[in-house]
Amino acid sequence: MTLPKVLRGRAWRFGDNIDTDQIIPAKYAIYSLDEKELGKHAMEGVPGRETWASQVGQGDILVGGSNFGCGSSREIAPVAIRGAGISLVVADSFARIFFRNAINMGYPILQSPPASEAIEDGDELEVDLEQGIIRNFTKGDEYRSDSFPPFMNELLRMGGLVPWVRKQLEERRRTASARG
Amino acid sequence: MGMTMTEKVLARGAGRESVRPGDLVLAKVDFAMGHDLTIPPAGKIMREQMGAEKIWDPERVAVTQDHFQPAKDAASATLGRLTREFSHEMGIKWYFEVGQGGICHTVLPEHGLVLPGELVVGADSHSCTYGALNNFATGIGSTDLACVLALGELWFRVPETLKFVYHNRLKEWVEAKDLILYVIGQIGVDGARSKAMEHTGEALRHIDMEARLTMTNMAIEAGAKNGIMEFDEVTKEYLDGRAKRPYTPVTSDPDAEYERVFEFDAAQVELGVAKPMSPDNYAPLSEVAGTRLDQVFIGSCTNSRITDLRRAAAVLEGHKVAPGVRLIITPSSHQVAIQAEKEGLIGTFLAAGAAWTTATCGACLGGHMGVLGDGEVCLSTTNRNFPGRMGHPKAQVYLSNPAVAAASAVTGVISHPSEVLAKMPAELV
Repeated sequence: MTLPKVLRGRAWRFGDNIDTDQIIPAKYAIYSLDEKELGKHAMEGVPGRETWASQVGQGDILVGGSNFGCGSSREIAPVAIRGAGISLVVADSFARIFFRNAINMGYPILQSPPASEAIEDGDELEVDLEQGIIRNFTKGDEYRSDSFPPFMNELLRMGGLVPWVRKQLEERRRTASARG
Repeated sequence: MGMTMTEKVLARGAGRESVRPGDLVLAKVDFAMGHDLTIPPAGKIMREQMGAEKIWDPERVAVTQDHFQPAKDAASATLGRLTREFSHEMGIKWYFEVGQGGICHTVLPEHGLVLPGELVVGADSHSCTYGALNNFATGIGSTDLACVLALGELWFRVPETLKFVYHNRLKEWVEAKDLILYVIGQIGVDGARSKAMEHTGEALRHIDMEARLTMTNMAIEAGAKNGIMEFDEVTKEYLDGRAKRPYTPVTSDPDAEYERVFEFDAAQVELGVAKPMSPDNYAPLSEVAGTRLDQVFIGSCTNSRITDLRRAAAVLEGHKVAPGVRLIITPSSHQVAIQAEKEGLIGTFLAAGAAWTTATCGACLGGHMGVLGDGEVCLSTTNRNFPGRMGHPKAQVYLSNPAVAAASAVTGVISHPSEVLAKMPAELV
């Protein structure tokens, strides 16, 4: 799985410190292995956004404030957002486990304080993932995102930690069989 | 340039002489943990997607059945079964069945499985708890855990370290929980985002290992990657006869570099709570005293070890839970429950009119046995009170220490423990 270069979609704006229990309330952890079902309940714990998931269009973009995804380590948080149809999450900053989980899943996220500050609910966005540029058609604006270290970019390009581990395991097997 | 404890553990794991904050390293893991919500996806990713048939070292993995177990519904029973089957098929040595383990973050320290100088990961955000035992311990996701299970290694960004120095001693009634709630109130829920919290100072030398675990447990509530403490006599005593492997403590160099040093006078810290709906919404107890309660919960990996239960029992002894309030007490492990039974604490709780449950995460994450309804108000000894954490998004959750929780259950409103008990017995302080 490789990422598309350019994503387009409507922005859905959320605030600061949105924690994982708001992104996907723990009671839905019983659906840990079912992305579609998790997607139906994404962001349900955010007051006022109880029916949000049903309004999301495929490819829409979620824009969060600071410390997005704080709280639990449960990977069902980014999985639920992806399951709802969101193609990309942009935030002022991410909590570290949410950040890791997204990168490991090969799920694109961008950290961009200016984008998080300016984008409003309903804005039409286009995002160039390779350049890290977010264009706001509604406002006629453009924002840069922070760059990631090379290893994280490599993981994202490969499609996440899974193909990376497959490669490591293959190398280990080759080394082991070469030793006889 | 010297290194902090956190940097030293990551350097050793990465097989390097030294590391600096911001470095990305691939490091060997000494111990890993997963539970009934995180093992099923990790096992599936490891086997079906990564193509690994076995785990890197069955003796260095622990699995607990704690979040939704004993199964709260049929779907949870499936997760429990997948967790059990994976553990048995992989030959995981430290598998803890329902009724024999309890909450991961109490079980691993009490079995001597997470040790000084080690690099520990757990597929649960409160895995930072173990750092009180002088190791680097951090929470990871399920794909991360699958990688560790398959390879025994994982990628890490070396964090900047924030140093927290606690001068003097905590005063009467004030516990480690009050101190860490105060600190989080000062720096905010993202005040240590992705960074290491190194706790040190005189106040820590006077608190026991269980209280220290309460403090490192809540590192994640300030957004930290890990919380870590120095090795001392208290650490050594706790680990004697308990440690399952030889270990080498780690110390920060005198010239280690800290991003920032925070200094606190522990003697000035008051009894406090985190008000709804964020762990950094700190208030002195006096500000919220008198708040009417529907439920009091004493439980979780934060504050339900034996010393917590002893203090709660000292307050509850000879008293009854107030009409209109329910008190739920959930020990954090099976060993804690056995000890509580030996000491007669359970009798005290039952006589007071408390519900005593099996060891589980339970109500803390709105799982089962104490989930809150619309508009209900709860005082809880847990770690996190974001909207919806314990049930309904409009439930109001206050966080406190166990003595405050017990006293408030007796009065029915948030109360200072001295309203119920004249003085905490010296051996429980």
